[in-house]
Amino acid sequence: MSSIRSWFYRNNQGGRITTLLLFLPPALTIFTLFVVLPLGEAGYYGFFKWKGLSAISESGKWMGFENYSRVLGHSVFHSAIWNTIKIILVSILIQLPLAMAMALLVASTGALNNFFRLVFFMPFILADVVAGLIWRYIFDGDYGLVGQFTTLFGMDPYYPLADKTWAFNSVLMVVVWKYFGYHMMIYIAGLQGISKDLLEAAKIDGANNWQITFRIKIPLIMHAVKLSVFFSVIGALQFFEMVIPMLPGGGPSSSGHTIVTYLYTYGIVRMKVGFGSSVGVILFIVCMAFAFSYQRYVMKMNND
Amino acid sequence: MIKTTKLLTSLALAAGISVAAQAADTVVRHLHLNNDPRIPAMWEEFAKEFEASNPGVDVQIEFLENEAFKAKLPTMLQSKSKPDVFYSWGGQNFADRAEAGLLQDVSGLAGGLQKNLSSGGMSAFTVGGKVYGAPYMVSQVGFWYNKKLFAQAGVKAEEIKTWDDLLEAVKTLKKAGITPIAAGGADKWPIHFYTTYLAMRTGGQDTFNSALAEDVSWDNPDYVKAFKLFTDLVALEPFQSGFMAAGYGDASGTFGDHKAAMHLMGEWDIGVQRDQSQSKEGVKDEDLGFFNFPSVPDGKGAGTDTLGGINGWAFSKGASPEAVKWIEFFLAKEQQSREAAAGFIIPVAKGADKAVNDPHKSIIAKNLAKAEWHQVFWDQALGSDVGGVINDVSAELATGDVSPEDAAARIQEAWELR
Repeated sequence: MSSIRSWFYRNNQGGRITTLLLFLPPALTIFTLFVVLPLGEAGYYGFFKWKGLSAISESGKWMGFENYSRVLGHSVFHSAIWNTIKIILVSILIQLPLAMAMALLVASTGALNNFFRLVFFMPFILADVVAGLIWRYIFDGDYGLVGQFTTLFGMDPYYPLADKTWAFNSVLMVVVWKYFGYHMMIYIAGLQGISKDLLEAAKIDGANNWQITFRIKIPLIMHAVKLSVFFSVIGALQFFEMVIPMLPGGGPSSSGHTIVTYLYTYGIVRMKVGFGSSVGVILFIVCMAFAFSYQRYVMKMNND
Repeated sequence: MIKTTKLLTSLALAAGISVAAQAADTVVRHLHLNNDPRIPAMWEEFAKEFEASNPGVDVQIEFLENEAFKAKLPTMLQSKSKPDVFYSWGGQNFADRAEAGLLQDVSGLAGGLQKNLSSGGMSAFTVGGKVYGAPYMVSQVGFWYNKKLFAQAGVKAEEIKTWDDLLEAVKTLKKAGITPIAAGGADKWPIHFYTTYLAMRTGGQDTFNSALAEDVSWDNPDYVKAFKLFTDLVALEPFQSGFMAAGYGDASGTFGDHKAAMHLMGEWDIGVQRDQSQSKEGVKDEDLGFFNFPSVPDGKGAGTDTLGGINGWAFSKGASPEAVKWIEFFLAKEQQSREAAAGFIIPVAKGADKAVNDPHKSIIAKNLAKAEWHQVFWDQALGSDVGGVINDVSAELATGDVSPEDAAARIQEAWELR
C-alpha cells in the first residue's frame, strides 16, 4: 500500500496522473467510438459484398480481396485518381505560387492591404457546396457568364461542364479561386512573424527587394509553405462537396470523379457498402502513407 | 459507424417527429414525401373518415421532403421510430428490403387489396409470392410535344408510329431550325428512358424476363440492336446544345420555354415544365401533346407496352393489421377516384381510371389500360447498382463515348457483379 502511495506521489508531480485520468477518457472514448471503430468496421466490410440493409452476418457475402481488385481495375477509379493528382499539381504549381505572390503584396499593414486581404479570403468563407452551385451557374452556356460571353462575341454557345476535356478543368479553376486566399493567409501570418531587424539589416547591407524576397522572406517562411503543401494534398485527397453540384453523376462519361465522389457514387448511392468500404480503406491508406512520410521526411527538415 | 449513426438518427427522428399517440389507440403512422399540400390534405380527410368507422385507430400522416426521406429511411427502418406504412418506388430496392426482413409480409390480410387493385400493380409489391405493400399510382413515360412547334415545322404527331418516323420528324424539325428534343443528360436517368424503351421494343417482355432469369445475357442481340437504334437518333444531334450539362430540371425548363419540340418524360413533367419555365406558364395545356414511344416494326415487343413507374406503399416490419386495413381503405375505388378526379394521380384501383378528367392524364390512363406489359423504370427495377450502370452507359451512348456492344457488355458485367 505504501509502495503504491509513494509511486503515486513520485509520478503525480504537478498532478500529472490526475490530469491524465480526468482528461484522457473522454477524448479517448470519442476517438475510439468515432475513428478507430469505424475504421475497423470499414476494413471488415471491405471484404464483403453487402448492401447494408440487414446485419452483415445475414446478408453479407465473403469476397476476399475481390472488391479491391475491382476498384483498382475500374477505369472510372483510374480517372478519379488522375483527377486527384491534377488537383495536387494545380495546387502546388499554380495555387500556392499565386497565394505567395498575393501574400507578398498585401502582407504589410495598411487599409488598402486589409481590404484586398479580405477580398482574396472571401471565397474561402463560402461552403464548398455553395461555391460549386454558384460556379455551376457561371459555367452555364445559356444563362451563365460563359453564355453571356459567347453571345456578346457572337460565338457558338459553349458548355464547359458538358465537355469531357474541360469539365474537370473547370472544377480545378474553382479550386484555385476558392483556396488561394486561405494559403495566402497562412503566408501572411508567416511573413508578419519575420523580425523587422533582419529585413532592415539586409537593406543596410544593400540587398534589393528581389533578394530580400527570395533570400530572406521565403526561406524564413518555408515551414508555412510546407504546411500549405500538406493541406493542399490532404484536401485534394478528400475533395468532394464542390464536385457534387458542379458535375452531378460524375460529369460527362463519369470523367469528373474524385476519389471521394467515386466512393459516394459507387459505394453509397448504389448501395454497395462493401465495395465502398474497400474504396474508403484504399483512401485511408493513401492518406496515412502520405501524412506520415510527409511529417517524417519533409516537415522534420525544419529543424535543420 | 452504421450502428452509431443508427442510434443518432433514431434520436434525431424521435425528436423531429412527434409521436403524440392517444393512450388506448392503435397508431398507424403513414410516412409520405408528397410536397403538394393539397394531396395530404385530402388524405387527412380519408383518415378522419376511416377513424370514424374504425374507433380506436389513430392514423397519423407524416411528411419528409424527398431527399430527406431517401437519406433517413434506411436508418429509420432499423429504429424504433419507424413508420408502419411508407412511400415506395417498388423495384429492386423494395425487393431488397423485403428480403432483408425490413418489411411486413401481409399476404394473409391482403385479400381486399388484391380484389380492389390491378394485378399488375399488386405484382410490383409482391416478392416471392408474398405481399409486402400495395400500389398507389402509375405513371407512363412518353413523348410530350409542343403542338405549335410541330405545326410550324409541319410535323404531325399522329404520324409518328415507328422509330424511323421519329427520326424523320427530328430531321424535319431540324430543317425548320427547331431543336427537336430536350434532354437532361447530366442526370443520366432521363437518357435511360430512350435506351430501355428501345430495348423493350426490340426484345419484348420475354427477353426481359429471360434476362432476369439469366437464360439470356443482358448483352443479347436485341439489346445491342436497341442501343444501335438509339445511336441512330444521337447521330442526328437531336438534343439542345449543351444537353450533357443540363439536369432534368434544366431540360424541362428548355421544353417549357418552347425552345425544344419534344421531351421524353413521365406525366409529372406537365407540372415541372411549367414551374421550370421562365414565364412559369410553360407549354400551356392546349399546346401540349403526348404520343407513345414509337414502335420498332421488326422488334419482339409490342408498341403498346409501356415504361413508367408503379409507386405505392410498403408495410414496415411489425406493421399492425390496422395499418393494412387503413391502406385497403385508402386505396379503395372511392378514395382513388376522388384523387383521380382532383387530377392528383392516375389510379390503380379497378374502375377508378374513369374518374380521370385531366386530358393528358386520361390519355395515359387509357394507354396503361391497353398495355399488356407495364415495366417499372429499369434503374429502379434492376437495383441501384445495375440501374446505375444502365444510366451511365445510356449517357455515354448519347455522347458517343461507348459502342452499343460495349454498353450492353457493361450492363451484363454489372449484372454478374451485383
